[in-house]
Amino acid sequence: MEALKQELKENIIEQLNLEDMVVADIADDDMLFGDGLGLDSIDALELIVMLDKNYGIKLTDPKEGRAIFESINTMAAYISENRTK
Amino acid sequence: MKNVYINSVGSISAQKTYDNNEFLSEVVSYQEQILPVVDPNYKDYIPPAAARRMAKGIKMGVVASKIALQDAGLEEVDAIITGTGMGCLRDSEKFLSAILDNKEQYLTPTSFIQSTHNTVGGQIALELQCKGYNFTYVHSSVSFESAMMDAKLQLELDEAKNILIGGVDEIGEYTAGLHKIIGHIKPEAEDVLQVLQSKTKGAIYGEGANFFVLSNERNENSYGKIKSVSIFNTLSKSELNNEAEAFLSANGVSAEDIDVVVLGNNGDVEFDGYYETLANGLFQNTPQVCYKHLCGEFNTASSFGFWVTAKMLKNQALPEVLRFNDFPVKEIKQVLLYNQYRGENHSFTLVEQC
Repeated sequence: MEALKQELKENIIEQLNLEDMVVADIADDDMLFGDGLGLDSIDALELIVMLDKNYGIKLTDPKEGRAIFESINTMAAYISENRTK
Repeated sequence: MKNVYINSVGSISAQKTYDNNEFLSEVVSYQEQILPVVDPNYKDYIPPAAARRMAKGIKMGVVASKIALQDAGLEEVDAIITGTGMGCLRDSEKFLSAILDNKEQYLTPTSFIQSTHNTVGGQIALELQCKGYNFTYVHSSVSFESAMMDAKLQLELDEAKNILIGGVDEIGEYTAGLHKIIGHIKPEAEDVLQVLQSKTKGAIYGEGANFFVLSNERNENSYGKIKSVSIFNTLSKSELNNEAEAFLSANGVSAEDIDVVVLGNNGDVEFDGYYETLANGLFQNTPQVCYKHLCGEFNTASSFGFWVTAKMLKNQALPEVLRFNDFPVKEIKQVLLYNQYRGENHSFTLVEQC
């Protein structure tokens, strides 16, 4: 699980062009949207594509995303349970 | 009709031109096929949250615009008109590569958003909070002149007071590779300060952003007055001297009245003949200036020539590195710019002291 969290942080920094951030800047329970990292709706689309491409998870219900993308912890837990690759 | 003045400049190029207090006092020399820009500190101008979704072309355009607005002492403009030949090329390449690599799946929005040609103008408007007219011209090497022509018409008719115009293009690695294969870029790296004397085909490429506030109100910061701009998709060498003469005549001046002619030579033996036709013809007794050995060739490189012209007129100075012949220069009152790329999309621009 720790390796997955590390991987997620690296991917988020790279995919979302968070140029000034390093992995250590993102805590496992930081809010990804809103007051935390301040991600927005375009980032949400990038994360949905990342789940599909990297872990074979297709999010069909957009409402699910709100809980899944809350933090690195929630993302890692969801990926661990639902990944197909 | 109202006059159209150049009230400010902002430039990011392969030279340190982002500092408006300087005028090519230090020249950066390169031994390259493609020239990089001398970057300002983009973070001084763009918040990090906004910068992360900006391609290089957008960053260059936004910062050159902000420098131009600072120079004009303005917070806002009535319109933003951008010229770009290829738009945000790197993200276009990224997006197209992703389509191929991922078999048309998993396409993400960011590189697509950044890849469209009018993204630069849009991002400038967002940064300036400008809700006015916003237009992008994509007309190869007359993209910048097309933007200038649009602004000039609006200002002459008093439809706007201050318009930000600019030319911006960025280098994309894959596209540059294609240009090398087809010989548009020189086969070997060359000393760019000597490239105008090159005996080989192709040009040294570059990138950059040059923005200007044009206004129909002159002020103490005005650099010059745009008298006329004319563009031609096709023009043969045999017609050039006559067309130049007709252009000048239509504006009430003759070749003898031109104090400096600014030519877009890029050292390509295949196409510099167009410039030589004028340099050895109508303007054989006129001081001649070239600039693409400093900024490289790109679709909106002529906007750097326009920057050079504005600085020459305001400073009444002609840095030696720009000179293409030895004719003495006295007062610089009238300047004619001529540009073309690979024998197509020619432009004449007449600018005078104000």
